[in-house]
Amino acid sequence: MNAPCETPTRRAKDYRSAIAPVWCPGCGHFAVLSAVTKALAHLQLGQERVAMVSGIGCSSRLPAYVETYGFHGIHGRALPLASGLKAARPDLTVIVTGGDGDGFSIGGNHFLHACRRNMDLTYIVMDNAVYGMTKGQASPTTEADWRRSKLTPHGSGLRPFLPATIAFAAGASFIARGFAGDPSGLTTLLVAAIEHPGFAFLQVLSPCQTFRPEQKDWKQKVHASTVEPASDPIEAARFLQSDDGFALGVLYARRLPVWQPRNQVSATPADLEAAFLR
Amino acid sequence: MNERLTHDPGTAIAIIGSGGSGAVTAGLILLAAVGHTGYYGLLGRSAGPQIRGGESAAMLRFGPHPVECMGDHFDLLVALDWDTVGRFADELPLACTSMILTDARHDEVPAVLGGHGASVHALPWRDLASTLPEGRVNMVALGSVGALLGLPFEALEAGVRATLGEKGERILAPSLAGVRAGYASGVDLGLNPPRVSGGGAAAPVAARWNLSGNEAAGLGAVRGGVRFVAAYPITPASEMLEWLAPRLELLGGSLLQAEDELASVNMIIGASFGGVPSLTATSGPGLSLMMEGLGLAVASETPVVVVNVQRGGPSTGIPTKSEQSDLNIALHGLHGDAPHLVLAALGIRDCAATVEWGVRLAEHLQTAAIVLSDQILGQSRAIVDPLTDQPFGGAGQAPLQRVIAPLADSDHRRYRSTATGISPMTLPGMPGGMYTADGLEHNEAGTPSSRAADHLEQLEKRLRKLTDFDYGSAWAEIRGEGERVLLTWGSAAGAVFEAAARLRAAGSPTKAIALRLLAPLPRAALLDALGGASQILVVEQNQGAQCFAYLHSLRVLPGHASSYARPGPLPLRPGEILDAVERDQPTREA
Ligand SMILES: Cc1ncc(C[n+]2csc(CCOP(=O)(O)OP(=O)(O)O)c2C)c(N)n1
Ligand code: SF4
Repeated sequence: MNAPCETPTRRAKDYRSAIAPVWCPGCGHFAVLSAVTKALAHLQLGQERVAMVSGIGCSSRLPAYVETYGFHGIHGRALPLASGLKAARPDLTVIVTGGDGDGFSIGGNHFLHACRRNMDLTYIVMDNAVYGMTKGQASPTTEADWRRSKLTPHGSGLRPFLPATIAFAAGASFIARGFAGDPSGLTTLLVAAIEHPGFAFLQVLSPCQTFRPEQKDWKQKVHASTVEPASDPIEAARFLQSDDGFALGVLYARRLPVWQPRNQVSATPADLEAAFLR
Repeated sequence: MNERLTHDPGTAIAIIGSGGSGAVTAGLILLAAVGHTGYYGLLGRSAGPQIRGGESAAMLRFGPHPVECMGDHFDLLVALDWDTVGRFADELPLACTSMILTDARHDEVPAVLGGHGASVHALPWRDLASTLPEGRVNMVALGSVGALLGLPFEALEAGVRATLGEKGERILAPSLAGVRAGYASGVDLGLNPPRVSGGGAAAPVAARWNLSGNEAAGLGAVRGGVRFVAAYPITPASEMLEWLAPRLELLGGSLLQAEDELASVNMIIGASFGGVPSLTATSGPGLSLMMEGLGLAVASETPVVVVNVQRGGPSTGIPTKSEQSDLNIALHGLHGDAPHLVLAALGIRDCAATVEWGVRLAEHLQTAAIVLSDQILGQSRAIVDPLTDQPFGGAGQAPLQRVIAPLADSDHRRYRSTATGISPMTLPGMPGGMYTADGLEHNEAGTPSSRAADHLEQLEKRLRKLTDFDYGSAWAEIRGEGERVLLTWGSAAGAVFEAAARLRAAGSPTKAIALRLLAPLPRAALLDALGGASQILVVEQNQGAQCFAYLHSLRVLPGHASSYARPGPLPLRPGEILDAVERDQPTREA
């Protein structure tokens, strides 16, 4: 239809659904929700052309709060579900959200392969270094000596998972880190991630008010990344070796081949049947 | 159906050899040759566990009527060598009328083959092959067998070309020379070859398909509209994926090799949510990993299809051999109350029909469908009649498809509890239809809810849409009439149909019922079909009598029904079913 009508400008609140979040007051995930709506408004993406996909966790509740298409799937499997959707519907903007447990523990294998596959997806991990939804167990990004969970009273004793480094090693083409306490910086990073052609990984430090109240400190710990976003893998590797996990910004961005289906119709099932005739 | 169709024994040939002997290639050529001549045929194969170069056997049965199972014994055993026969011996039943053909330079027939009383004939294949440039024993043997069977040479030539043509003239020419030499040498052996009953070729050669069950299942998928497949390789399902990968591209779709089955099932859920009919194929270990995902498809009402090509289980089991032992997990493997579809293909040709039906049902009913095939269907090839459009009737009826919500519906609720239980769906890209699909229990609008009323309403609609649907007559294939019923499901159907036909031919009225739809079980239709049967034997290829137990749990079977269930890997043969019928009788009458 070519009706010469102007599409009204979409505002951030147009991307908020009527559903009230289940999150605790003060949870970092609210800032992520707000940044998502602002980034979508900034890009003026049609609500029906966006799909938000998630797994299970407090963070994974986000899609229902956004007025777009969405899929709240199962724990750890958001990336494959989103990959299937994007393969079938390359025309959609597909944004995946979830937590550190969802993405790095139960879904860790999918994380590696999504980085390698480099489909045009945006993956936001709301990292609070804890399992919020199941009431405070250690996650892959939790410090080895964190003793507040009844499951690991002596601490996990495990070296924390390094999301940016691992994404880099797995071949990700865009790696960024944001902070829930810096909403406008977060929106900018999110816009860049959505615009990146390929798999864009955005780790968001998103404090869990309830089970990790000490994460209030993060405000003091974060700092802008002092380096320009590297597109050279050697430079990026050097930076990641000295990364303290609190540097904010685009840490690595590089154009790499994007996995795309080759759908060009050139046959019908009847043509295929003919090959069985003997 | 014509009574003759199912009990003409046809001719059965096994070709065996150690790895690299070319036994399977010879079998493939022979299948194509008998197809060219106008016969139907079935070619099973058996391979050892070796990745490459293990022993192999090709088992061919052919005749003037569709061949649906292996027979009770082989008429002809062609041993290219005896090096590995020990590993196959129990797969090679012979009778005193059987002939064993072996190379004149080979050892005697090994004792493992047992006291069958078959006649042994030594032929100079090796010597003949050595006189030809690049001469191969399998081709020479194939030629002499073709002559023994009375096949015209041009049929063998067509078979060679159809099977090896892609390899180019360098392979083709010496192969044809070998077949020709063997053919010429075989004609005057003066033996009495096991010819097809009635002799000579069947009716004029009609257009037939030569395909494997895995290829047929792939075809059924695309006929049903599948345009996206995600999967992780696994024996014995991989050939289905290999067939699909290049062909989906031609159809404008794609196949994505996933990192594991947890991924593949979720990928197809995502693609289907996007509006593209989607499928995955796997075997038992992969199906086990998919269960949580299938529950998500059920709860979120996203249509998906899993073709599960069963193999020996549990655990890694016997990857290269057949068994019907995944019925339990297919029926009961999902947590929660998760009604879904379980179908089973009844034969190689039926792999296409049943997968197509499974796709259409899943799409229309917005649920998960598990279609059970197995190694023996998937990896065997057959000459069959082509499938018609709409294999399960409904001529003139629009094919089943997904119900899409009209754009203008201002009161659209994704999970509306309609009378049929089917809620019209919106797809990404449709303005005004936005919703978040969810595995969390939800209300009609899709908003997460743990209220009892919402849970009950959604549970009931998800059940109702499956149980109230009219599946027509495709739920089973029923042949013959009689007080005695042989009841089966899936790939056991072939042997059961033949056993029933033989009973009928012997004057003992017997009805065969093969279930294609296992869940939801069309209970009323099945009770009706069972009527007042005086003997019911449930036949299946697993240890635990899984179907028998399932039917009992739904109170379908009378107390006198009994079970003939045995595990794989040996294929079910009609004769053992007849024995089971025989054994069953006195106990019931006692
Ligand atoms: C298969 C499976 N195992 C376990 C769970 C329980 N579970 C739900 S959410 C969750 C962890 C969530 O943590 P994270 O992803 O870090 O998100 P957060 O709640 O902290 O935002 C777990 C273990 C589940 N839902 N499914
Ligand atoms: S438990 Fe933690 S992560 Fe979950 S909503 Fe509360 S504050 Fe946020």
